[in-house]
Amino acid sequence: MNKIFSRPKSLRNISTHYCPGCGHGIAHRLIAEIVDELGIRQRVIGIAPVGCAVIAYDYWDFDCCEAAHGRALAVATGIKRVRPQNIVFTYQGDGDLAAIGTNETIHAANRGENLTVVFINNAVYGMTGGQMAPTTLLGQKTATTPRGRSAATEGWPLKISEMLALLPGVKFIERTSLHSVQEVIKTKRAIKQAFQNQVDKIGFSLVEVLSPCPTYLGLSPVEALEWIRKTMIKEFPLGRIK
Amino acid sequence: MAKTKVLMTGNEAIAEGAIQGGCRFYAGYPITPQNELIAYMARHLLPAGGVFIQAESELAAINMVFAAAAAGSRAMTSSSSPGISLKQEGISYIAGAELPAVIVNIMRGGPGLGNIWPAQSDYFQATRGGGHGDYRCIVLAPSSVQEAYDLMALAFELADRYRNPAIILGDGMLGQMMEPLSVHSPQPTVHRKKNILPNKKWALTGCKGRKPNIIKSFYMKEGDLEKFNLRLQEKYKIIKQKEQRCDSLFLEDAQVILVAYGTMARIARGAVTKLREDGKKIGLIRPVTLWPFPDKVFKRLAISDKRLAILVIEMSYGQMLDDVRLAVNCQAPVEFLGRSGGGVPSEGEIINKVRKLLRTREPEN
Repeated sequence: MNKIFSRPKSLRNISTHYCPGCGHGIAHRLIAEIVDELGIRQRVIGIAPVGCAVIAYDYWDFDCCEAAHGRALAVATGIKRVRPQNIVFTYQGDGDLAAIGTNETIHAANRGENLTVVFINNAVYGMTGGQMAPTTLLGQKTATTPRGRSAATEGWPLKISEMLALLPGVKFIERTSLHSVQEVIKTKRAIKQAFQNQVDKIGFSLVEVLSPCPTYLGLSPVEALEWIRKTMIKEFPLGRIK
Repeated sequence: MAKTKVLMTGNEAIAEGAIQGGCRFYAGYPITPQNELIAYMARHLLPAGGVFIQAESELAAINMVFAAAAAGSRAMTSSSSPGISLKQEGISYIAGAELPAVIVNIMRGGPGLGNIWPAQSDYFQATRGGGHGDYRCIVLAPSSVQEAYDLMALAFELADRYRNPAIILGDGMLGQMMEPLSVHSPQPTVHRKKNILPNKKWALTGCKGRKPNIIKSFYMKEGDLEKFNLRLQEKYKIIKQKEQRCDSLFLEDAQVILVAYGTMARIARGAVTKLREDGKKIGLIRPVTLWPFPDKVFKRLAISDKRLAILVIEMSYGQMLDDVRLAVNCQAPVEFLGRSGGGVPSEGEIINKVRKLLRTREPEN
C-alpha cells in the first residue's frame, strides 16, 4: 500500500501543548512540510518568539533559537548576517511582531534583510490570558478591553503588513488565513514562496496568517473559524499585499 | 608577532583590540562618550571579514549580538551608561542561554540621562548581574589605553571559555584620551583570511550531520530551572577561584592602602608616588577584574596589623566600597573618598585625605 500522508521529517513526534482548535499546530506543520519539500532542513534556523509559540523548537526538528519578546527579527538579523548560507526565519505572534517588537520589525524590513517571517495574527494575547493585541478588532472584548476595544482609548487594529509594504526593502507580503482547508492550502503556498524568496536571495518576505484562538475569543473551534471568515477578514483582507 | 607603536584614543584601542582578538560581529547604537568605538568598527570590521550593523536601538543591538554569538561568531556591542541600562534584558538572556559575548560600557554620569562626563557609577550594575535573574558577568576594568587594547582579547577568550558575557568597564576619560600603544599590527585586515568562526559544537549552523541545536534560556519543566541555576552557580564558583586579577604597589610595608580601578587608579597612583616621596608608607591595589572581585589579595594582607587602613577611591558614591568591605571583613578600617556626576577626585584631594587619615591614626605623643 502506498503511504500518501505522514508526519514531515522536520516535525517531531510529540503531543501538542496548544489548546483544541488553535491555529499554531497547523502553521507549525506547514512550515515543517515546506522545509522538507525545499530540502533545507539541514541549513534552516528557526527563531521562536515569546508567546504561545515560545516552545516551537520542541516541535520542529531542526536548529532553533529563542528570542526575547519582540526581538525575533533582531536575532534573525544577527544569525543571517553571520551565516548567510543558512535559511533563517522568524515565527511571531501579533504582540511580538506588532507591539513590543514593532521597531525591530520595521528596521529589519527596512534594511531589506533576506529573511522569512511567519506572522500569526489571532487578534488576542494567548499566553498571558486573553489581553488586547495590537490587532484586536474594534469592539472586541478582551481581558484588558472588558467593554470592547474603543478607538478613542485603544486606537485601531494595527495593519502592520500594509505599513511594511511601503518599505523598499520589503519584497513579498501576503495575508492568508487558516479558517478553511482551501485557505490553509493558500497559506502553505504563500509561506513556501516566502522561503523560496530567501533561497533565491530576493529579500524580506512576510506572510501574515489569520489564525484561530478559540480559547480567548470565547468561541468553539468551529465558531472561531467562522469568526475569522465573517468578521476578521473584513478588517484584515486576504491576498497579496506586495 | 612584531609590534607597532600607534597613537589612539581608548575607544579606538578597544575596537582595534577587539578585532585583533577575533571579534567578527559588532552591533551598536551611537551614544557619547563612546562614539569613536562604533565609528572605528564601521571603518575596520568589514575589511577584517566581519559584520558591522548600526542597529535601530540598544535593544536591537544586544539581541543581534546574542544571535551572532549563538551562530558561533565572536560578537560584541558597546555603549555608555544609559544605553547599557537598555541592554540589560539582552545581557540576562545571553547569560541565561550561556552565550559568549563582550559588552563595552564607557561609563558616563547618571542617574537618568545624567551627563557625558566620566563616572564609575555603573559598578553595581556590571558586577551584580544588572538584568533579571541570578547571573554574573565577568567584568574587566582597564586603566590605560594599552590595557584597554590588551584586555579585549582576554575578554573574548574568557567569554568563550566560560560561555558567559564579559563586560569591559571603562569610563569617558579612558575612552576619550589618546595614548601611544603597541599593537600587533596597525592593519587588522591581515586577519581577513582567518576562519572567522571558532569551532563551537553548540552553535546554530544548521543541523547537517548532527542532532538539532537549540539556544534557549527557558526551562518550564518542574525543577529544570533550579538545576540550570545550580550549574551556573558552579561555573561562577570556578570563575571566582581562577580568574581574579589585580595590580598592586608597595603592599609590603604599606600603612594605608588605596583601592581604585580604571581611570581612578591612575590618579591614585600619582598620589601614592608623591606620598612615597614624602616618606609615607602608602600602597595601592588596583582590581583588574571587578567580577570576580580580587578578594584573595586582601586576605593575603596582614589585616591583623593594627596600623593598616584602607582607603577606597571611586568616581561614584561608594559601590566597589561594598566589595572591599566584604573582602576585608572588618579586619581593618575601610575609609572612602568619592565624587560622581562628572566630579573626579583629584590627586590633591587624595593626598589630603591620606594625610588626615595618617594624622588621626598616629599615636598621640
